[in-house]
Amino acid sequence: MIRLNVNGHVVDVEAENDTTLLTVLRDEVGLVGTRFGCGEGLCGACVVLVDGTPMFSCQTPIWQAAAASEITTIEGISAAGEPHPVQQALLDGQAAQCGFCISGIVMRAVALTSEHPRPTREQVTEALQPHLCRCGSHQRIVDALTRMA
Amino acid sequence: MTTPEIPPAIAANPRLGAWLTVGDGLAEIHVGKVELGQGILTALAQVAADALGLPMSSIRMVAAQTGRGPDQGVTAGSLSILQTAPALRHVGGVVRALTGGPAAGDYLEQVAALDPTTDLTRLIPAPLGAPHYVGRSEPRLDLPDKVLGRPRFISDLRPAGLLHGRVLRPPSPGAVLLDAPRQLDGVRVVRDGSFLGLVGAREAEVDSALEVLRERSIWKEHATLPDENDLVRWLQAQETEHLPVVDGPPSARISASYSKPYLAHASIAPSAGLARWDDDILHVWSHSQGIGPLRLAIAQALGLKPGRVVVEHVENAGCYGHNGADDAAFDAVLLARAVPRSPVLTRWSRADELSWGPLSPASTGTVRADVEDGRITGWTYDVVSCGHVSRPGYRGSPGLLAAAHLAVPHPLPPAAEPPLATGGGITRNARPIYEVGRLRVAGHRVVETPLRTSSMRSLGAYFNVFAIESFMDELALVTGQDPIEFRLAHISDPRARAVIEKAAAASGWGSEPPEQRGRGIGFARYKNKGAYCAVVAEVEAESEIIVRRLTVAADVGLVVSPDGTANQLEGGAVQSVSWTTKERVRFNRHRISSATWETYPILRFGEVPEVSVHLVESGAPSVGAGEAAQGPTAAALANAVAAATGVRVRDLPLTREAVVAAIDAT
Repeated sequence: MIRLNVNGHVVDVEAENDTTLLTVLRDEVGLVGTRFGCGEGLCGACVVLVDGTPMFSCQTPIWQAAAASEITTIEGISAAGEPHPVQQALLDGQAAQCGFCISGIVMRAVALTSEHPRPTREQVTEALQPHLCRCGSHQRIVDALTRMA
Repeated sequence: MTTPEIPPAIAANPRLGAWLTVGDGLAEIHVGKVELGQGILTALAQVAADALGLPMSSIRMVAAQTGRGPDQGVTAGSLSILQTAPALRHVGGVVRALTGGPAAGDYLEQVAALDPTTDLTRLIPAPLGAPHYVGRSEPRLDLPDKVLGRPRFISDLRPAGLLHGRVLRPPSPGAVLLDAPRQLDGVRVVRDGSFLGLVGAREAEVDSALEVLRERSIWKEHATLPDENDLVRWLQAQETEHLPVVDGPPSARISASYSKPYLAHASIAPSAGLARWDDDILHVWSHSQGIGPLRLAIAQALGLKPGRVVVEHVENAGCYGHNGADDAAFDAVLLARAVPRSPVLTRWSRADELSWGPLSPASTGTVRADVEDGRITGWTYDVVSCGHVSRPGYRGSPGLLAAAHLAVPHPLPPAAEPPLATGGGITRNARPIYEVGRLRVAGHRVVETPLRTSSMRSLGAYFNVFAIESFMDELALVTGQDPIEFRLAHISDPRARAVIEKAAAASGWGSEPPEQRGRGIGFARYKNKGAYCAVVAEVEAESEIIVRRLTVAADVGLVVSPDGTANQLEGGAVQSVSWTTKERVRFNRHRISSATWETYPILRFGEVPEVSVHLVESGAPSVGAGEAAQGPTAAALANAVAAATGVRVRDLPLTREAVVAAIDAT
């Protein structure tokens, strides 16, 4: 049994030590908002916050996640169903097409804006370098995150 | 009394109940077109709301399912608005004619009371009022779920008793399975011929078992692939099917040859499928572009009556054509067959996605032209390529990957050429839109497909427009003319001219570009009958090729959602930048070797140019926007690189290495 703190809740899961945090989140905890894109830490779809730091959950073994005091997923950032300002900015900008990459991008942007509440274009672009988008929504995403009040 | 024209989709699906039901106080709209990330269901909801005279909040778009809504074939070719909007307007008009209309206090109750068997072809629709939603940028209906991280995608489905499946694909297209373990701890091994897979209750265990299976399986591989560094010669040496487009006298004076490599769909989500075998019915959930053809293909592959198979559409990440969706659905079907009444979710790996999904084919084309007094007087174009369509059922065989690996196989059919009347494939946009005098155009389809190819966004139009529009610039250079003036001198269609002129004006064409940058234009009318699109690219070419700006101008006829249209054009252009400047499927004689994001890199945030989109109003009927920018963007980039460096790159991708090679060749 492994104990995790996910989005402010303590959860106990049955998992081998080398199982990835992504698999545990999606299959054991039941939080499917974090997406599987490549399983190799190369696309960014699975990014979550581990003690506030963006991590590829597909590359994070569960023993390492268990050592953290808090794991935050996309389900954990919208208080009482109200979108997080990052999410609201993306919705206002209609900044997605298929939206499969967007969970990871949202989490990266949450970390960025906690450090830089009004990030510059360069900061947003730099932060999103590890994230892939295939639909060509990049500019809309950067525009939306740069417009955040 | 004159009979109004019946939209073809209504003639094919004449029952009212196929299109419209009422539930939970909402008008439920059923369409056969599916959400691929392009926002089509939002655009069609706008059309339906106006047609019925209802607010958007009273409309619910229902995911397509076989046997329930209208059968509209595949969602492809930028045809969804064209094929569906007239049908929804007809439905709305008939409903308003049969009821008191939206003014009635109990309108939705009256709609609910209508006979679902009402034959829509026998009724005259009430005239459509002024549009309220059409022409407005309505927010996408599906984005809140996606941006808020709610379950929405196929791999998020968690039905009771869910099992997870994986397929161990052969190591290479020509490989045959010799031996594999029959049992592994904690999972069930499923084998049929060279099809090998696993089912288990816990995904982590299934993933671990898959690696054991990979280690312990023995395959015999065969060298079935061409030389990746000699594709043009390989294409030209193959047996081909002649695809005449225009027969005329040949031209010869000036010529150039172009080529493109194989490209991958490279969707951000790997393909997935969910299936459950009940006693009578096989239920399948898929992100297929065509649930009806998929149902028939599954039934054919397994010898089932089609009526026993139900396929329901569930979204996955962006779909740009015939990708692994149908194959993953069939994988799930085969694995679920081993565990009756249990739902099995089967997800591909990233490597499978990049190496087993159908590819966009390598192509080569040669343009020959005669020029007199600065004008083109003759044009000959020959394009050689593997085919662009091997969708399920298209060639009379299932066309499903795993079906080709079964002990009693249904081999994958060579990719075919769709008729020119529906846009063609290899020959799509092969005919230049310009007035060029003597014209001769033909495609040549390589009859074998050693690497499986099928439809990817814009099919042959991407390559043909790249070749034609590159050559237009080469001719402009030879004759000492400005590329835009040269184009305008060869085209009189006012809609074409307006789009080219808009792109020129908005991009600052004619002004001096910043240092080390060059500008280039590309233009086409998609399928020669759809959307007009001109792109001006500004490229910096010093030590690396950096795409700085794209100016996109398009005329797509009546715009349903300006923002949705701009999003499709911008996304298409940016994706084309990625294809054109970075992408190439790599392989050796046995295997595809570009099976990760490191070996098949796509455009990253830091490489995306500034894009502006300008819609040119013409009042013409709506046509799709999703594929219009692919070809023009590629040509604009090649022409901009030529302007910046003085060197013409004719073989894609347009990398730094390609520029160096072109310099060496001159």
